[in-house]
Amino acid sequence: MVGIYAELSEGQFKKAVLETASYASQISTNGVTAICVGEPKEGESQKLATYGVQKLIVIKGVSSFDAQTYSKAIANAIQANGIETLIIANTYEGKSLGPRLAVGINAAIATNVISLPNQSNGFVVKRGVFSGKGFAYVQLGAGKKVIALTPNSIDLSEKQVELSVESVNDSPLAANTSIESTHKAEGKIPLTEAEIVVSAGRGLKGPENWNMVEELADLLGAATACSKPVSDMGWRPHSEHVGQTGITIKPNLYIAIGISGAIQHLAGVSSSKVIVAINKDPEAPFFKAADIGIVGDAFDILPKIIEAAKLAQN
Amino acid sequence: MKLLVCMSVVPDTTTKITFTDNNTKFNTQGVQFIINPYDELSLTKALEIAEKVGGTVTVATVGLADAEPVIRKALAIGANDAIRINAEPIEGMFVAQQLAEIIKNDNYDIVLTGRESIDYNGGQVTGILAELLNWPSVNVCTKMELVDGKMHFERDIDGGRQSVIANLPVIASAQKDLCEPRIPNMKGIMAARTKPLTVKEPVQVELTASYESFESPSAKQAVRMIDAEQAGQLIDILRNEIKIIA
Ligand SMILES: Cc1cc2nc3c(=O)[nH]c(=O)nc-3n(C[C@H](O)[C@H](O)[C@H](O)COP(=O)(O)OP(=O)(O)OC[C@H]3O[C@@H](n4cnc5c(N)ncnc54)[C@H](O)[C@@H]3O)c2cc1C
Ligand SMILES: Nc1ncnc2c1ncn2[C@@H]1O[C@H](COP(=O)(O)O)[C@@H](O)[C@H]1O
Repeated sequence: MVGIYAELSEGQFKKAVLETASYASQISTNGVTAICVGEPKEGESQKLATYGVQKLIVIKGVSSFDAQTYSKAIANAIQANGIETLIIANTYEGKSLGPRLAVGINAAIATNVISLPNQSNGFVVKRGVFSGKGFAYVQLGAGKKVIALTPNSIDLSEKQVELSVESVNDSPLAANTSIESTHKAEGKIPLTEAEIVVSAGRGLKGPENWNMVEELADLLGAATACSKPVSDMGWRPHSEHVGQTGITIKPNLYIAIGISGAIQHLAGVSSSKVIVAINKDPEAPFFKAADIGIVGDAFDILPKIIEAAKLAQN
Repeated sequence: MKLLVCMSVVPDTTTKITFTDNNTKFNTQGVQFIINPYDELSLTKALEIAEKVGGTVTVATVGLADAEPVIRKALAIGANDAIRINAEPIEGMFVAQQLAEIIKNDNYDIVLTGRESIDYNGGQVTGILAELLNWPSVNVCTKMELVDGKMHFERDIDGGRQSVIANLPVIASAQKDLCEPRIPNMKGIMAARTKPLTVKEPVQVELTASYESFESPSAKQAVRMIDAEQAGQLIDILRNEIKIIA
């Protein structure tokens, strides 16, 4: 049996979770069981059924997120439902649970997975290594498996099925951690989940010029990102820093404005499907990594692109 | 307070990654090795905590003898002593079990790791270790502070940040922004030469995952240039030709 951990964010299942459902239903021969902690919002469960999930186990009685108590409860549900292979989205929550679950259910684990398995000779998955500078093919042992899937790596494939929902009560031991407060940027698309990213570097001269970047991002439904020096200087929050020592992303579209394209920066973004580089220096290394390039001053070019995006919207 | 920093030794960030032996091995020829950048942060933070409340900082690395110059650097930065588990760090599960052995045999209060090793990017060791020890774990922390016997963390979550308080013992992983990494000074470098570096043999562990082969990202096709004067064309291309925006 193949299962997924269906992470809930404010009662909803994000696209990354639906991708794990698609993944699971493509490799399962006998259905997919999903496990979530807490109650999904009205109508949310049906989203899972669209992607092949037949059974949803809702764990109740575990309140706020604590990696240790969550893993215990999820591992219990995995065992109780005979799940042999678990697919989990490689989000921050998934990253803190996946490795714990692998131990909890005595499974092999691969993280940062970007492909369906090749099962012609064992179970081999492709995963990202060296911060975007390479890929590895990893063979997982014959027993149980945990696959942590990088968001936006596989296409959603619909497979409508009937869903049954079952609740289980778990009464875990008291958690050893407690959440004091949570801050979420309102109305912004989290970088790690964004399909389109507009990113800028030191070429933009100062934080006051980011309104252009944000305007373009809004028009495209994109998240914003930046290079390391930009976040080091405090022009942008560190959570926007992409690259080898920042976040690794693989959106469908990455637009880099006034970023030189240093190897450490490219490491974090080179898996993007389409890369656009805008730079006043025709020799900027980013043009070697880009699909589309525009040489010129960002302060002239961005207004033109923004204008065109506005026109396209009307 | 006894602190342990789990440190992996990784290729310098400027390394051009290539593979050898028919793409089955990472080519280490000419590669400079460094302390994993996130582990440099957790080491600095561990030293700050030990200085504040009194305590010792041990560094543990699963690695072969060639890791020792990098381990000495950690001692030069200020760790009290170091343990090297004499084995190739092949896989997260293997590494974590070796580290768990060390921790079980000695009573640490706080174990710090990094968000991920920048070589294999597994991001696995922290969670596996925590589960093996049955300890709480807090990942990707941008703040760590010991207050009245509890650890106060700030951690990244998808789309935001969260403050978390944890009982000891606890394992936590460092995220960028935790602190400015310390650099060794001359005195530290001299002192490091005589600090204890214990070598231990690994425990037997059944391997569950193995690397079959590697691949470099495929080379990009030549970039297509758009005239700056016609920059607005970009939207048309992305929308109607490549169909990547709505
Ligand atoms: C250990 C280590 C880790 C690192 N990790 C990362 C990482 O994770 N992420 C990261 O980004 N960097 C990282 N770096 C830094 C990296 O090496 C580069 O220094 C950094 O990416 C450069 O940022 P930048 O392109 O914004 O700035 P610069 O290199 O200063 O480039 C600015 C670019 O803007 C262009 N420009 C200037 N004015 C304009 C204009 N008006 N219009 C258009 N273009 C203009 C310039 O031609 C130039 O190409 C790391 C470095 C080290 C040593
Ligand atoms: N070989 C190793 N020796 C000691 N600690 C390690 C080793 N590999 C990984 N770690 C620790 O685990 C963290 C996450 O690494 P990884 O799971 O390999 O991405 C690192 O930042 C280190 O703190």
